Amino acid sequence: MDFTYDSEQKALRDAVRGLLTKAYDSARRRDVVSDEPGFDSGVWAQLAEMGVLGLPFAEADGGMGAGPVEVGLVAEEIGRVLAPEPFVEAVVVAGGLVADLGTAEQKAAILAPLSDGTLIPVLAHTEPGGRWEPVARAVTAREDAGTWRLTGTKEPVAHGARADLLVVSAATPAGTGLFVVDPTVDGVTRTGYALHDGGRAAQVVLDGAVGTPLGAADVDRTGDLEVAQARAIIIRGQEAVGAMQVALDTTTAYLTTRKQFGVTLNKFQALTFRAADMYVSLELARSIASWALLVLDSGADPREAAARTGFQIGRAGHHIGQEAIQLHGGIAMTAEYSVGHYMSHLTALEHALGDRRFHLGRLAASVGDHGTVDPLA
Amino acid sequence: MRLQLSPEDAAFREEMRTFFTTQVPQGIRDAVAERRELSKEQIVEAQRVLNAAGLAVPHWPAEWGGKGWTQLQKHLWHEEMLQACVPPPLSFNTNMVGPVIATFGSDELKERFLAPTANLDIWWSQGFSEPDAGSDLASLRTSAVRDGDEWVVNGQKTWTTLGQYGDWIFCLVRTDPDAPKRQQGISFLLIDMTSPGVTVRPIELIDGGVEVNEVWFEDVRVPADQLVGEENKGWTYAKFLLGNERVGVAPVASTKRLLAQAKERAQEKLADGSTLLEDPLLAARFAELENEVLALELTALRVAANSAGDKPHPASSVLKLKGTELQQAVTEIVVDVAGPASLASGAPDGSDVPHWARVATPQYLNYRKASIYGGSNEVQRSIIASSILGL
Ligand SMILES: Cc1cc2nc3c(=O)[nH]c(=O)nc-3n(C[C@H](O)[C@H](O)[C@H](O)COP(=O)(O)OP(=O)(O)OC[C@H]3O[C@@H](n4cnc5c(N)ncnc54)[C@H](O)[C@@H]3O)c2cc1C
Repeated sequence: MDFTYDSEQKALRDAVRGLLTKAYDSARRRDVVSDEPGFDSGVWAQLAEMGVLGLPFAEADGGMGAGPVEVGLVAEEIGRVLAPEPFVEAVVVAGGLVADLGTAEQKAAILAPLSDGTLIPVLAHTEPGGRWEPVARAVTAREDAGTWRLTGTKEPVAHGARADLLVVSAATPAGTGLFVVDPTVDGVTRTGYALHDGGRAAQVVLDGAVGTPLGAADVDRTGDLEVAQARAIIIRGQEAVGAMQVALDTTTAYLTTRKQFGVTLNKFQALTFRAADMYVSLELARSIASWALLVLDSGADPREAAARTGFQIGRAGHHIGQEAIQLHGGIAMTAEYSVGHYMSHLTALEHALGDRRFHLGRLAASVGDHGTVDPLA
Repeated sequence: MRLQLSPEDAAFREEMRTFFTTQVPQGIRDAVAERRELSKEQIVEAQRVLNAAGLAVPHWPAEWGGKGWTQLQKHLWHEEMLQACVPPPLSFNTNMVGPVIATFGSDELKERFLAPTANLDIWWSQGFSEPDAGSDLASLRTSAVRDGDEWVVNGQKTWTTLGQYGDWIFCLVRTDPDAPKRQQGISFLLIDMTSPGVTVRPIELIDGGVEVNEVWFEDVRVPADQLVGEENKGWTYAKFLLGNERVGVAPVASTKRLLAQAKERAQEKLADGSTLLEDPLLAARFAELENEVLALELTALRVAANSAGDKPHPASSVLKLKGTELQQAVTEIVVDVAGPASLASGAPDGSDVPHWARVATPQYLNYRKASIYGGSNEVQRSIIASSILGL
């Protein structure tokens, strides 16, 4: 049982932190997200140069062969400055699926250029009317004379307009399949837009667009998608921890400097107690998120750990995000000040991968299957 | 970062588990599992079994029975003990007065008290709080005035837990009423409770039980060599004592055990053939509590696994606050699972209402204490705000 980073991990964290804190202060981030593509291509290239974009992939596939702990610490640094780069979308989710399921040719064609920063793949899964289940309904794929064609709408697709490649889930006779789609081919229409937190998403309309099955054809990928989502929830948990830590730090710094009634705000116990409660929420969430990362690292099925993380992080994100704004007062309502953006992003994180109710529902459905929950078992 | 215990720690845990589940009398463990009140004799017997095996005071200095364990080992020891329904050694003896004597006491005091304290031959009571000195302990007024080779003690202590069993009481007393700061005039005194002038009066609590007392001192004469350490340095020793108990401050394993028990009850068939756990609202409450308890346990492990030396991990202050809140939340869900049967709290053995349902509400009421004593949860928030968040 050890929750500390080794020296190589610390070096990686310091390098990523150095890069990202130099790239993003609050003003710089606002500039970057107000322009297309919504992130900084230069930062993306630097991340590639540091090997960050290939972290989880096998060396044979052009990656670094690192594990979830390294990926998680990058996500935490991203969360600390709300870096808008699509690291989780491209590397963890889409890249992860390709690494899990792709043929040798697909891995070679996708993972190496992803690692060197020249290709951004994303998963197009969410559909209007759908929630967070790992099933496709609205988009269908049919095989005709050896060619698969996809039809239907995906929305919102994170970074869907900028992406160089789409991994699309679609209903097939065998269940939910996954297809690699080149977004520049006929039958793909993409309409991109900015999100409340500065992120990017798109509507992707497929109208007989040609796709290639990811890995073997005619396989139901529901379980694989669910594992990929679980992995994303756990990595996003680290990102949320980074964001919550900074939201709390910003709040406590403000309380010790802002004066009203002739004293700094930290003289008011009604406020300091609420900050203490934010700290409790953060530490409990951090504990679960770190544990989940280690479950992922151990190679065990990550789904339960993901639900536990999703619930705890969702709850803490609400608490810390809301209180960070309230304890600041009006200043936090301004787009110029940083803290409101943290709440905005935490809210987006939660709704990308399952909200508190969704995860709690899963946990409640299986609560009778065990006596106690033993993290060391 | 690593999920598993090291092979040595895993073996250690197994050794503890085996000992606690095989060497402590089953009757005592059953009573704990059933939430029955333990007799004084049972508490003493359990501690002596542990002490004989060297497991009562592992955190003491080695020459007085300590084991030199890591924080993680102490954590595992404590959790396995609770998991096995073994009553932990009396905290007043092993966590409070013992370490104070071992660290600050004279050689004579160590020789005289430490062995019988570890073995519970002496039952210690804690005489800190007074009617007007609760969270603001330094405002205490019980006085000790030097008269030759003796201190003469007058005043009143209150909230004295299990004072009815106490042989001795360790007290904070004011020895210098003129000290420039209140904290500087306090000393740490050991008092034989059979001394003339000591009166113990029980206080009934909201659950109907009698576990705390008032203790009155009227011209009680205490030999001067029973003052621990230096005169007027008592506040330092008290702070050491209160800060001493880091590992084990959140009773995770017993909370987990009670939660699992409650869930088991909720899965029993009701008269209409359904079970309570089929209700999604109740299932969600269980799931939520389980997650919070897991988060607490992992936080305790983080603190234990990564505490360097004697410096407390910053997250340790979360443990008391959240640990007691969850302890209380679990006692509450037991009442809700018992439902109307929880009203039968006065029913005698032989009632159709099972024992667990009869004690559900008294226990729930009783555990409101957990967020008040040992530094109330408001005091814990103050500590987090000032010493961690710098507010
Ligand atoms: C069951 C039980 C057993 C106990 N056993 C013992 C024992 O064996 N020996 C012993 O010495 N003592 C014992 N205590 C006493 C316990 O330590 C005190 O109750 C505790 O210190 C709180 O003091 P108080 O009850 O006087 O409350 P007060 O200090 O009067 O507090 C009242 C309320 O105000 C809050 N408060 C106080 N100060 C502040 C502040 N600065 N900021 C914000 N909020 C504040 C408190 O948290 C509480 O909510 C026991 C108490 C109980 C209930």
